[in-house]
Amino acid sequence: MLQVEAVVKSFDDFKAVNGAYLTVGKGEIVAVIGPNGAGKTTLFNLITGTLKRDKGRIIFKGEDISELPPYEICKKGISRSYQIVNIFPRLTVFRNVQVAVLSQQRKSHQLFQPAKYMVVKETNNILESVGLLNKAHSIAGSLSHGDQKILEIAIALGNEPELLILDEPTAGMSPEETSATMELIKRLAQMRGLTILFCEHDMDIVFSIAKSIMVMHQGRALIQGKPEEVRKNPIVQEAYLGIE
Amino acid sequence: MWGKEERKLFTEVIRSKWFGFSVGLFLLLLILPFFIPRFYVYILALIFVTSLLAMSLNLVVGHGGLFQFHHGVFYGVGAYTVALMLKKTSLPMWTGFIAGPILAAIIGFIIGWFCVRLTRLYFGMLQISLGSLIWAIVFRWYSFTGGDDGIPGIPMPPLLSSLKSSYYFILIILILCLIAMYMILKSPFGNTLQAIRDNPQRCEAVGINVKRYQLIAIVIATFFAGVAGVLFVVLERSVFTELLFWVLSLEIFIMCLLGGWFTFAGPMLGAGIIVALRTFVGIFTEYWTLILGIMLILLIFFLPEGVMGYFQGIFKPRTRETTKGGNR
Repeated sequence: MLQVEAVVKSFDDFKAVNGAYLTVGKGEIVAVIGPNGAGKTTLFNLITGTLKRDKGRIIFKGEDISELPPYEICKKGISRSYQIVNIFPRLTVFRNVQVAVLSQQRKSHQLFQPAKYMVVKETNNILESVGLLNKAHSIAGSLSHGDQKILEIAIALGNEPELLILDEPTAGMSPEETSATMELIKRLAQMRGLTILFCEHDMDIVFSIAKSIMVMHQGRALIQGKPEEVRKNPIVQEAYLGIE
Repeated sequence: MWGKEERKLFTEVIRSKWFGFSVGLFLLLLILPFFIPRFYVYILALIFVTSLLAMSLNLVVGHGGLFQFHHGVFYGVGAYTVALMLKKTSLPMWTGFIAGPILAAIIGFIIGWFCVRLTRLYFGMLQISLGSLIWAIVFRWYSFTGGDDGIPGIPMPPLLSSLKSSYYFILIILILCLIAMYMILKSPFGNTLQAIRDNPQRCEAVGINVKRYQLIAIVIATFFAGVAGVLFVVLERSVFTELLFWVLSLEIFIMCLLGGWFTFAGPMLGAGIIVALRTFVGIFTEYWTLILGIMLILLIFFLPEGVMGYFQGIFKPRTRETTKGGNR
Protein backbone atom coordinates (compact mmCIF):
# COMPACT_ATOMS: atom_id res chain seq x y z
CA MET A 1 0.00 0.00 0.00
CA LEU A 2 2.73 2.44 1.01
CA GLN A 3 6.30 2.31 -0.19
CA VAL A 4 9.04 4.67 0.89
CA GLU A 5 12.12 4.37 -1.27
CA ALA A 6 15.53 5.91 -0.59
CA VAL A 7 14.05 9.07 0.91
CA VAL A 8 16.47 11.77 2.01
CA LYS A 9 15.69 14.96 3.92
CA SER A 10 18.23 17.37 5.30
CA PHE A 11 17.90 20.54 7.32
CA ASP A 12 20.86 22.68 6.33
CA ASP A 13 23.78 20.31 6.86
CA PHE A 14 22.00 17.87 9.12
CA LYS A 15 20.60 14.83 7.39
CA ALA A 16 17.48 14.04 9.44
CA VAL A 17 16.43 11.23 7.12
CA ASN A 18 19.20 9.68 5.07
CA GLY A 19 18.00 6.75 3.03
CA ALA A 20 14.76 5.51 4.51
CA TYR A 21 13.01 2.43 3.13
CA LEU A 22 9.61 1.31 4.35
CA THR A 23 6.91 -1.00 3.07
CA VAL A 24 3.41 -1.08 4.53
CA GLY A 25 0.99 -3.70 3.21
CA LYS A 26 -2.77 -3.38 3.29
CA GLY A 27 -4.26 -4.21 6.70
CA GLU A 28 -0.88 -4.40 8.42
CA ILE A 29 0.17 -2.78 11.65
CA VAL A 30 3.68 -1.52 11.13
CA ALA A 31 5.90 0.10 13.75
CA VAL A 32 8.88 2.37 13.28
CA ILE A 33 11.33 2.30 16.18
CA GLY A 34 14.58 4.00 16.85
CA PRO A 35 16.24 6.23 19.46
CA ASN A 36 15.33 9.91 19.84
CA GLY A 37 16.50 11.89 16.84
CA ALA A 38 16.53 8.85 14.57
CA GLY A 39 14.23 10.67 12.15
CA LYS A 40 10.94 8.90 12.85
CA THR A 41 8.79 12.02 13.08
CA THR A 42 10.57 13.57 10.10
CA LEU A 43 9.80 10.45 8.10
CA PHE A 44 6.10 10.74 9.03
CA ASN A 45 6.12 14.42 8.12
CA LEU A 46 7.55 13.50 4.74
CA ILE A 47 4.91 10.85 4.10
CA THR A 48 2.04 13.21 5.03
CA GLY A 49 3.47 16.10 3.01
CA THR A 50 4.17 18.45 5.93
CA LEU A 51 7.77 18.42 4.74
CA LYS A 52 9.09 17.94 1.21
CA ARG A 53 11.67 15.24 0.64
CA ASP A 54 14.98 16.09 -1.07
CA LYS A 55 15.46 12.75 -2.81
CA GLY A 56 13.63 9.44 -3.15
CA ARG A 57 10.05 8.38 -3.78
CA ILE A 58 6.97 7.93 -1.62
CA ILE A 59 4.36 5.74 -3.31
CA PHE A 60 0.84 5.27 -1.99
CA LYS A 61 -1.48 2.87 -3.80
CA GLY A 62 0.73 2.93 -6.86
CA GLU A 63 0.91 6.72 -7.06
CA ASP A 64 3.87 8.96 -6.29
CA ILE A 65 2.64 11.36 -3.58
CA SER A 66 5.95 12.97 -2.66
CA GLU A 67 5.14 16.26 -4.40
CA LEU A 68 1.57 16.67 -3.10
CA PRO A 69 0.55 19.18 -0.39
CA PRO A 70 -0.76 17.77 2.92
CA TYR A 71 -4.44 18.35 2.14
CA GLU A 72 -4.20 16.39 -1.11
CA ILE A 73 -2.41 13.52 0.60
CA CYS A 74 -5.16 13.44 3.21
CA LYS A 75 -7.77 13.17 0.47
CA LYS A 76 -5.90 10.17 -0.94
CA GLY A 77 -6.61 8.33 2.31
CA ILE A 78 -3.76 9.03 4.74
CA SER A 79 -4.57 10.55 8.14
CA ARG A 80 -2.26 11.16 11.01
CA SER A 81 -2.03 12.06 14.66
CA TYR A 82 0.77 14.05 16.19
CA GLN A 83 3.33 13.34 18.87
CA ILE A 84 2.73 16.70 20.53
CA VAL A 85 -1.00 17.29 20.98
CA ASN A 86 -2.28 19.12 17.92
CA ILE A 87 -6.00 19.80 18.21
CA PHE A 88 -8.37 22.79 18.02
CA PRO A 89 -8.20 23.89 21.66
CA ARG A 90 -10.94 26.55 21.52
CA LEU A 91 -13.55 24.35 19.84
CA THR A 92 -15.64 21.67 21.48
CA VAL A 93 -14.62 18.03 21.19
CA PHE A 94 -17.56 17.47 18.84
CA ARG A 95 -16.51 20.26 16.50
CA ASN A 96 -12.90 19.07 16.52
CA VAL A 97 -13.98 15.84 14.91
CA GLN A 98 -16.75 17.42 12.84
CA VAL A 99 -14.23 19.61 10.99
CA ALA A 100 -12.53 16.47 9.71
CA VAL A 101 -15.79 14.70 8.84
CA LEU A 102 -17.07 17.75 6.94
CA SER A 103 -13.82 17.91 5.04
CA GLN A 104 -14.02 14.20 4.25
CA GLN A 105 -17.56 14.60 2.87
CA ARG A 106 -16.53 17.67 0.84
CA LYS A 107 -19.00 19.84 2.74
CA SER A 108 -16.57 22.31 4.32
CA HIS A 109 -17.19 24.97 1.69
CA GLN A 110 -20.95 25.26 2.21
CA LEU A 111 -21.79 28.81 3.18
CA PHE A 112 -25.41 29.10 4.24
CA GLN A 113 -26.36 25.83 5.90
CA PRO A 114 -26.12 25.54 9.65
CA ALA A 115 -23.22 23.22 10.45
CA LYS A 116 -24.65 22.36 13.83
CA TYR A 117 -26.88 19.61 12.50
CA MET A 118 -24.61 18.29 9.78
CA VAL A 119 -22.78 14.96 9.93
CA VAL A 120 -23.85 14.60 13.57
CA LYS A 121 -24.32 10.86 13.33
CA GLU A 122 -20.95 10.19 11.74
CA THR A 123 -19.18 12.44 14.24
CA ASN A 124 -20.91 10.87 17.23
CA ASN A 125 -20.08 7.39 15.93
CA ILE A 126 -16.40 8.22 15.93
CA LEU A 127 -16.58 9.81 19.37
CA GLU A 128 -18.37 6.75 20.68
CA SER A 129 -15.85 4.35 19.19
CA VAL A 130 -12.99 6.11 20.99
CA GLY A 131 -15.01 6.67 24.18
CA LEU A 132 -15.22 10.46 24.13
CA LEU A 133 -18.97 10.79 23.48
CA ASN A 134 -19.73 11.88 27.05
CA LYS A 135 -17.27 14.76 26.67
CA ALA A 136 -18.52 15.83 23.23
CA HIS A 137 -19.47 19.31 24.40
CA SER A 138 -16.42 20.09 26.50
CA ILE A 139 -13.91 22.55 25.14
CA ALA A 140 -11.08 20.47 23.74
CA GLY A 141 -8.38 22.51 25.49
CA SER A 142 -9.87 21.61 28.87
CA LEU A 143 -9.50 17.85 28.43
CA SER A 144 -6.82 15.88 30.24
CA HIS A 145 -3.65 15.12 28.30
CA GLY A 146 -4.66 11.51 27.80
CA ASP A 147 -8.06 12.48 26.40
CA GLN A 148 -6.48 15.04 24.10
CA LYS A 149 -4.24 12.32 22.66
CA ILE A 150 -7.33 10.17 22.09
CA LEU A 151 -9.05 13.15 20.45
CA GLU A 152 -6.04 13.35 18.14
CA ILE A 153 -6.85 9.86 16.91
CA ALA A 154 -10.57 10.69 16.67
CA ILE A 155 -9.85 13.69 14.42
CA ALA A 156 -7.69 11.49 12.21
CA LEU A 157 -10.52 8.94 11.99
CA GLY A 158 -12.86 11.69 10.80
CA ASN A 159 -11.25 11.49 7.38
CA GLU A 160 -12.06 7.79 7.08
CA PRO A 161 -8.45 6.99 6.28
CA GLU A 162 -7.18 3.76 4.77
CA LEU A 163 -3.77 4.36 6.28
CA LEU A 164 -3.61 5.83 9.77
CA ILE A 165 -0.26 7.20 10.89
CA LEU A 166 0.17 7.59 14.64
CA ASP A 167 3.20 9.47 15.92
CA GLU A 168 3.80 8.19 19.46
CA PRO A 169 0.10 7.81 20.32
CA THR A 170 0.83 7.16 23.98
CA ALA A 171 3.48 9.82 24.63
CA GLY A 172 3.03 11.31 28.09
CA MET A 173 0.33 8.83 29.15
CA SER A 174 0.19 6.91 32.40
CA PRO A 175 0.72 3.12 32.15
CA GLU A 176 -3.03 2.43 32.46
CA GLU A 177 -3.87 4.99 29.78
CA THR A 178 -1.16 3.53 27.57
CA SER A 179 -2.51 0.01 27.64
CA ALA A 180 -6.09 1.26 27.18
CA THR A 181 -5.00 3.31 24.17
CA MET A 182 -3.18 0.40 22.58
CA GLU A 183 -6.25 -1.78 23.05
CA LEU A 184 -8.29 0.97 21.39
CA ILE A 185 -5.91 1.14 18.44
CA LYS A 186 -6.03 -2.62 17.97
CA ARG A 187 -9.81 -2.59 18.15
CA LEU A 188 -10.11 0.30 15.67
CA ALA A 189 -7.78 -1.44 13.24
CA GLN A 190 -9.97 -4.52 13.31
CA MET A 191 -13.33 -2.72 13.23
CA ARG A 192 -12.48 -0.36 10.40
CA GLY A 193 -10.02 -2.51 8.53
CA LEU A 194 -7.36 0.15 8.99
CA THR A 195 -3.76 -0.07 8.00
CA ILE A 196 -1.69 1.48 10.76
CA LEU A 197 1.81 2.90 10.76
CA PHE A 198 3.03 4.09 14.14
CA CYS A 199 6.11 4.85 16.14
CA GLU A 200 6.51 4.24 19.83
CA HIS A 201 9.20 4.09 22.47
CA ASP A 202 7.67 1.36 24.60
CA MET A 203 9.19 -1.84 23.21
CA ASP A 204 6.66 -4.12 24.94
CA ILE A 205 3.85 -2.40 23.07
CA VAL A 206 5.68 -2.44 19.78
CA PHE A 207 6.55 -6.12 19.90
CA SER A 208 3.07 -7.08 21.10
CA ILE A 209 0.99 -5.46 18.37
CA ALA A 210 3.16 -4.76 15.34
CA LYS A 211 3.19 -7.29 12.51
CA SER A 212 6.25 -5.66 11.01
CA ILE A 213 8.90 -3.41 12.51
CA MET A 214 11.23 -0.97 10.83
CA VAL A 215 14.29 0.20 12.75
CA MET A 216 15.74 3.64 12.16
CA HIS A 217 19.10 4.83 13.32
CA GLN A 218 20.64 8.21 12.54
CA GLY A 219 18.22 8.78 9.68
CA ARG A 220 18.83 5.39 8.05
CA ALA A 221 16.53 2.42 7.81
CA LEU A 222 18.54 -0.45 9.32
CA ILE A 223 16.08 -3.26 8.72
CA GLN A 224 12.41 -3.99 8.30
CA GLY A 225 10.99 -7.39 9.21
CA LYS A 226 8.85 -9.46 11.54
CA PRO A 227 9.30 -8.78 15.26
CA GLU A 228 11.35 -11.99 15.82
CA GLU A 229 13.69 -11.16 12.97
CA VAL A 230 14.23 -7.67 14.25
CA ARG A 231 14.83 -8.88 17.78
CA LYS A 232 17.47 -11.36 16.62
CA ASN A 233 19.24 -9.04 14.23
CA PRO A 234 22.76 -8.30 15.53
CA ILE A 235 22.97 -4.81 14.05
CA VAL A 236 19.74 -3.79 15.72
CA GLN A 237 20.82 -5.29 19.01
CA GLU A 238 24.00 -3.33 18.91
CA ALA A 239 22.52 -0.06 17.70
CA TYR A 240 19.32 0.09 19.64
CA LEU A 241 18.04 -2.70 21.80
CA GLY A 242 21.21 -2.70 23.87
CA ILE A 243 21.30 -6.49 24.30
CA GLU A 244 24.76 -8.01 24.64
CA MET B 1 -33.31 25.31 0.58
CA TRP B 2 -35.38 25.53 3.76
CA GLY B 3 -34.80 22.04 5.13
CA LYS B 4 -35.32 20.48 8.53
CA GLU B 5 -31.96 21.69 9.82
CA GLU B 6 -32.66 25.29 8.93
CA ARG B 7 -36.00 25.17 10.68
CA LYS B 8 -34.42 23.62 13.75
CA LEU B 9 -31.78 26.32 13.90
CA PHE B 10 -34.39 28.98 13.28
CA THR B 11 -36.48 27.90 16.27
CA GLU B 12 -33.32 27.70 18.33
CA VAL B 13 -32.37 31.26 17.39
CA ILE B 14 -35.86 32.50 18.23
CA ARG B 15 -35.75 30.84 21.62
CA SER B 16 -32.31 32.13 22.54
CA LYS B 17 -32.07 34.93 25.06
CA TRP B 18 -30.20 37.16 22.62
CA PHE B 19 -33.05 37.06 20.13
CA GLY B 20 -35.54 38.88 22.37
CA PHE B 21 -32.93 41.48 23.20
CA SER B 22 -32.05 41.99 19.53
CA VAL B 23 -35.67 42.35 18.44
CA GLY B 24 -36.30 44.82 21.25
CA LEU B 25 -33.26 46.82 20.24
CA PHE B 26 -34.34 46.75 16.61
CA LEU B 27 -37.82 48.06 17.44
CA LEU B 28 -36.29 50.79 19.59
CA LEU B 29 -33.99 51.80 16.74
CA LEU B 30 -36.98 51.85 14.39
CA ILE B 31 -38.92 54.41 16.43
CA LEU B 32 -35.99 56.41 17.81
CA PRO B 33 -35.65 58.85 14.86
CA PHE B 34 -39.09 60.25 15.69
CA PHE B 35 -38.03 61.26 19.17
CA ILE B 36 -34.40 62.31 19.07
CA PRO B 37 -32.72 65.31 17.44
CA ARG B 38 -31.29 65.05 13.92
CA PHE B 39 -27.72 65.06 15.19
CA TYR B 40 -28.25 61.88 17.19
CA VAL B 41 -29.98 60.19 14.26
CA TYR B 42 -26.87 60.96 12.24
CA ILE B 43 -24.57 59.60 14.94
CA LEU B 44 -26.62 56.42 15.22
CA ALA B 45 -26.47 55.90 11.46
CA LEU B 46 -22.72 56.48 11.56
CA ILE B 47 -22.45 53.86 14.29
CA PHE B 48 -24.38 51.41 12.09
CA VAL B 49 -22.03 51.97 9.16
CA THR B 50 -18.95 51.64 11.34
CA SER B 51 -20.43 48.56 13.01
CA LEU B 52 -20.81 46.82 9.68
CA LEU B 53 -17.23 47.72 8.84
CA ALA B 54 -15.92 46.37 12.14
CA MET B 55 -18.04 43.23 11.82
CA SER B 56 -16.66 42.59 8.34
CA LEU B 57 -13.10 42.93 9.62
CA ASN B 58 -13.83 40.58 12.48
CA LEU B 59 -14.80 37.84 10.03
CA VAL B 60 -11.14 37.56 9.09
CA VAL B 61 -9.49 38.78 12.30
CA GLY B 62 -11.54 37.23 15.08
CA HIS B 63 -12.92 34.22 13.29
CA GLY B 64 -10.25 33.71 10.65
CA GLY B 65 -7.14 34.60 12.65
CA LEU B 66 -5.71 36.67 9.80
CA PHE B 67 -3.91 39.94 10.51
CA GLN B 68 -5.86 42.05 8.07
CA PHE B 69 -4.24 45.29 9.23
CA HIS B 70 -5.40 47.48 6.37
CA HIS B 71 -9.09 46.69 6.08
CA GLY B 72 -10.12 50.33 5.63
CA VAL B 73 -8.96 50.20 2.02
CA PHE B 74 -11.91 48.07 1.01
CA TYR B 75 -14.30 50.41 2.80
CA GLY B 76 -12.76 53.25 0.80
CA VAL B 77 -12.87 51.31 -2.46
CA GLY B 78 -16.58 50.59 -1.94
CA ALA B 79 -17.26 54.23 -1.12
CA TYR B 80 -15.20 55.66 -4.00
CA THR B 81 -16.73 53.24 -6.49
CA VAL B 82 -20.28 54.24 -5.71
CA ALA B 83 -19.29 57.92 -5.49
CA LEU B 84 -17.56 57.92 -8.88
CA MET B 85 -20.35 55.99 -10.55
CA LEU B 86 -23.07 58.28 -9.24
CA LYS B 87 -21.10 61.40 -10.01
CA LYS B 88 -19.43 60.63 -13.30
CA THR B 89 -21.65 58.14 -15.12
CA SER B 90 -25.26 58.19 -16.20
CA LEU B 91 -25.78 54.51 -15.43
CA PRO B 92 -28.81 53.65 -13.31
CA MET B 93 -28.03 54.53 -9.71
CA TRP B 94 -28.53 51.03 -8.31
CA THR B 95 -25.63 49.74 -10.42
CA GLY B 96 -23.31 51.97 -8.41
CA PHE B 97 -24.66 50.55 -5.16
CA ILE B 98 -23.93 47.03 -6.38
CA ALA B 99 -20.61 47.83 -8.01
CA GLY B 100 -19.15 49.18 -4.73
CA PRO B 101 -19.12 45.90 -2.79
CA ILE B 102 -18.20 43.88 -5.87
CA LEU B 103 -15.17 46.00 -6.72
CA ALA B 104 -14.12 45.93 -3.06
CA ALA B 105 -14.32 42.13 -3.17
CA ILE B 106 -12.29 42.00 -6.39
CA ILE B 107 -9.56 44.19 -4.91
CA GLY B 108 -9.80 42.05 -1.79
CA PHE B 109 -9.24 38.96 -3.90
CA ILE B 110 -6.19 40.43 -5.63
CA ILE B 111 -4.53 41.69 -2.44
CA GLY B 112 -5.56 38.55 -0.57
CA TRP B 113 -4.16 36.30 -3.28
CA PHE B 114 -0.69 37.65 -2.54
CA CYS B 115 -1.12 37.90 1.21
CA VAL B 116 -2.33 34.36 1.99
CA ARG B 117 1.01 33.09 0.74
CA LEU B 118 2.53 34.58 3.86
CA THR B 119 1.72 33.89 7.49
CA ARG B 120 0.88 35.93 10.57
CA LEU B 121 2.86 39.15 10.85
CA TYR B 122 4.25 38.95 7.30
CA PHE B 123 0.69 38.68 6.05
CA GLY B 124 -0.12 41.87 7.95
CA MET B 125 2.92 43.75 6.65
CA LEU B 126 2.20 42.90 3.01
CA GLN B 127 -1.45 43.75 3.55
CA ILE B 128 -0.53 47.21 4.83
CA SER B 129 1.85 47.79 1.92
CA LEU B 130 -0.54 46.75 -0.82
CA GLY B 131 -3.39 48.63 0.85
CA SER B 132 -1.30 51.77 1.12
CA LEU B 133 -0.59 51.45 -2.59
CA ILE B 134 -4.32 51.78 -3.29
CA TRP B 135 -4.46 54.76 -0.94
CA ALA B 136 -1.52 56.39 -2.77
CA ILE B 137 -3.20 55.92 -6.15
CA VAL B 138 -6.44 57.49 -4.95
CA PHE B 139 -4.53 60.28 -3.19
CA ARG B 140 -2.45 61.21 -6.26
CA TRP B 141 -4.91 60.71 -9.10
CA TYR B 142 -6.40 64.22 -8.92
CA SER B 143 -8.19 64.20 -12.26
CA PHE B 144 -10.14 61.06 -11.45
CA THR B 145 -10.56 60.81 -7.69
CA GLY B 146 -10.18 64.42 -6.70
CA GLY B 147 -7.06 63.62 -4.67
CA ASP B 148 -7.09 64.94 -1.12
CA ASP B 149 -10.11 67.12 -1.87
CA GLY B 150 -12.23 63.99 -2.17
CA ILE B 151 -15.56 64.05 -3.93
CA PRO B 152 -18.24 66.20 -2.34
CA GLY B 153 -21.92 66.51 -3.22
CA ILE B 154 -22.70 63.06 -4.50
CA PRO B 155 -26.25 62.86 -5.89
CA MET B 156 -28.57 60.38 -4.21
CA PRO B 157 -31.72 58.72 -5.48
CA PRO B 158 -34.86 60.57 -4.30
CA LEU B 159 -35.76 57.66 -2.06
CA LEU B 160 -32.68 58.36 0.08
CA SER B 161 -32.96 62.13 0.02
CA SER B 162 -33.68 62.74 3.71
CA LEU B 163 -31.55 61.80 6.69
CA LYS B 164 -34.38 59.73 8.11
CA SER B 165 -34.76 57.61 4.99
CA SER B 166 -31.00 57.14 4.83
CA TYR B 167 -31.11 56.03 8.45
CA TYR B 168 -33.70 53.36 7.72
CA PHE B 169 -31.92 52.23 4.56
CA ILE B 170 -28.65 51.82 6.48
CA LEU B 171 -30.36 50.03 9.37
CA ILE B 172 -32.07 47.52 7.06
CA ILE B 173 -28.95 46.78 5.04
CA LEU B 174 -26.98 46.39 8.27
CA ILE B 175 -29.45 43.84 9.58
CA LEU B 176 -29.49 41.88 6.33
CA CYS B 177 -25.69 41.80 6.37
CA LEU B 178 -25.64 40.72 10.01
CA ILE B 179 -27.99 37.82 9.26
CA ALA B 180 -25.84 36.77 6.31
CA MET B 181 -22.67 36.97 8.43
CA TYR B 182 -24.27 35.00 11.23
CA MET B 183 -25.29 32.26 8.81
CA ILE B 184 -21.83 32.17 7.28
CA LEU B 185 -20.20 31.84 10.68
CA LYS B 186 -22.51 29.00 11.69
CA SER B 187 -22.05 27.18 8.38
CA PRO B 188 -19.48 24.46 7.71
CA PHE B 189 -17.37 27.14 6.06
CA GLY B 190 -17.49 29.28 9.20
CA ASN B 191 -16.65 26.35 11.43
CA THR B 192 -13.78 25.37 9.19
CA LEU B 193 -12.51 28.94 9.19
CA GLN B 194 -12.47 28.99 12.99
CA ALA B 195 -10.65 25.68 12.99
CA ILE B 196 -8.06 27.18 10.64
CA ARG B 197 -7.67 30.11 13.06
CA ASP B 198 -6.97 27.71 15.90
CA ASN B 199 -4.67 25.33 14.06
CA PRO B 200 -3.89 25.73 10.36
CA GLN B 201 -1.40 22.86 10.34
CA ARG B 202 -3.94 20.40 11.64
CA CYS B 203 -6.50 21.63 9.10
CA GLU B 204 -4.15 20.81 6.25
CA ALA B 205 -3.75 17.35 7.74
CA VAL B 206 -7.51 16.76 7.64
CA GLY B 207 -7.70 17.66 3.97
CA ILE B 208 -8.47 21.38 4.02
CA ASN B 209 -6.79 23.70 1.54
CA VAL B 210 -6.08 26.39 4.14
CA LYS B 211 -4.99 29.15 1.77
CA ARG B 212 -8.07 28.79 -0.40
CA TYR B 213 -10.38 29.06 2.62
CA GLN B 214 -8.52 32.09 3.91
CA LEU B 215 -8.80 33.74 0.51
CA ILE B 216 -12.55 33.08 0.35
CA ALA B 217 -12.92 34.55 3.84
CA ILE B 218 -11.03 37.67 2.75
CA VAL B 219 -13.26 38.08 -0.30
CA ILE B 220 -16.39 37.78 1.84
CA ALA B 221 -15.06 40.24 4.42
CA THR B 222 -14.00 42.78 1.82
CA PHE B 223 -17.40 42.49 0.15
CA PHE B 224 -19.10 43.48 3.40
CA ALA B 225 -16.54 46.27 3.90
CA GLY B 226 -17.56 47.49 0.45
CA VAL B 227 -21.21 47.47 1.54
CA ALA B 228 -20.22 49.58 4.54
CA GLY B 229 -18.43 51.97 2.16
CA VAL B 230 -21.58 52.36 0.09
CA LEU B 231 -23.62 53.04 3.23
CA PHE B 232 -21.09 55.67 4.25
CA VAL B 233 -21.73 57.51 0.97
CA VAL B 234 -25.49 57.22 1.52
CA LEU B 235 -25.02 58.93 4.87
CA GLU B 236 -22.33 61.50 4.08
CA ARG B 237 -22.79 62.16 0.33
CA SER B 238 -19.07 62.70 0.05
CA VAL B 239 -15.85 60.67 0.09
CA PHE B 240 -12.31 61.57 1.07
CA THR B 241 -8.96 59.80 1.16
CA GLU B 242 -9.03 59.32 4.94
CA LEU B 243 -11.37 56.39 4.24
CA LEU B 244 -8.45 54.47 2.79
CA PHE B 245 -5.80 55.69 5.21
CA TRP B 246 -4.17 53.22 7.57
CA VAL B 247 -5.17 55.19 10.68
CA LEU B 248 -8.79 54.28 10.05
CA SER B 249 -7.82 50.63 9.58
CA LEU B 250 -6.13 50.73 12.96
CA GLU B 251 -9.27 52.19 14.50
CA ILE B 252 -11.41 49.37 13.12
CA PHE B 253 -8.92 46.85 14.44
CA ILE B 254 -9.20 48.45 17.88
CA MET B 255 -13.01 48.27 17.67
CA CYS B 256 -12.77 44.51 17.21
CA LEU B 257 -10.37 44.13 20.14
CA LEU B 258 -12.37 46.50 22.32
CA GLY B 259 -15.70 44.83 21.66
CA GLY B 260 -14.40 41.31 21.86
CA TRP B 261 -13.05 39.63 18.77
CA PHE B 262 -14.06 36.11 19.66
CA THR B 263 -17.73 37.10 19.98
CA PHE B 264 -20.23 37.66 17.20
CA ALA B 265 -21.63 41.07 18.16
CA GLY B 266 -18.58 42.40 20.01
CA PRO B 267 -17.18 44.52 17.16
CA MET B 268 -20.51 46.40 16.94
CA LEU B 269 -20.22 47.32 20.58
CA GLY B 270 -16.62 48.39 19.96
CA ALA B 271 -17.69 50.51 17.00
CA GLY B 272 -20.43 52.12 19.08
CA ILE B 273 -18.02 52.97 21.88
CA ILE B 274 -15.36 54.43 19.58
CA VAL B 275 -17.73 56.49 17.44
CA ALA B 276 -19.46 57.83 20.55
CA LEU B 277 -16.11 58.65 22.15
CA ARG B 278 -14.83 60.39 19.05
CA THR B 279 -18.00 62.44 18.82
CA PHE B 280 -18.56 63.41 22.41
CA VAL B 281 -15.01 63.61 23.73
CA GLY B 282 -14.06 65.27 20.44
CA ILE B 283 -16.30 68.18 21.44
CA PHE B 284 -14.08 68.95 24.41
CA THR B 285 -10.65 68.19 23.07
CA GLU B 286 -9.13 67.49 19.72
CA TYR B 287 -6.80 65.00 21.39
CA TRP B 288 -9.54 62.43 21.90
CA THR B 289 -7.11 59.72 20.85
CA LEU B 290 -5.45 60.31 24.22
CA ILE B 291 -8.57 58.95 25.91
CA LEU B 292 -8.60 56.10 23.40
CA GLY B 293 -5.01 55.25 24.25
CA ILE B 294 -5.74 55.13 27.96
CA MET B 295 -8.80 52.96 27.31
CA LEU B 296 -6.71 50.60 25.22
CA ILE B 297 -4.15 50.17 27.98
CA LEU B 298 -6.90 49.45 30.49
CA LEU B 299 -8.49 47.05 28.01
CA ILE B 300 -5.33 45.04 27.45
CA PHE B 301 -4.75 44.70 31.17
CA PHE B 302 -8.25 44.08 32.43
CA LEU B 303 -10.44 42.86 29.54
CA PRO B 304 -8.24 40.84 27.19
CA GLU B 305 -11.31 39.21 25.66
CA GLY B 306 -13.00 42.56 25.04
CA VAL B 307 -16.08 44.11 26.62
CA MET B 308 -18.49 41.60 25.11
CA GLY B 309 -16.20 38.70 25.92
CA TYR B 310 -16.09 39.89 29.53
CA PHE B 311 -19.86 39.94 29.89
CA GLN B 312 -20.24 36.60 28.17
CA GLY B 313 -17.72 35.22 30.60
CA ILE B 314 -19.89 36.38 33.50
CA PHE B 315 -23.17 35.07 32.15
CA LYS B 316 -21.99 31.87 30.52
CA PRO B 317 -18.77 30.11 31.45
CA ARG B 318 -17.09 29.34 28.13
CA THR B 319 -15.48 26.17 29.33
CA ARG B 320 -17.68 23.35 30.44
CA GLU B 321 -15.43 20.97 32.25
CA THR B 322 -16.58 17.56 33.20
CA THR B 323 -15.69 16.85 36.77
CA LYS B 324 -16.05 13.11 36.43
CA GLY B 325 -12.88 11.29 35.45
CA GLY B 326 -10.21 12.17 32.98
CA ASN B 327 -8.93 15.20 34.86
CA ARG B 328 -5.54 14.04 35.86
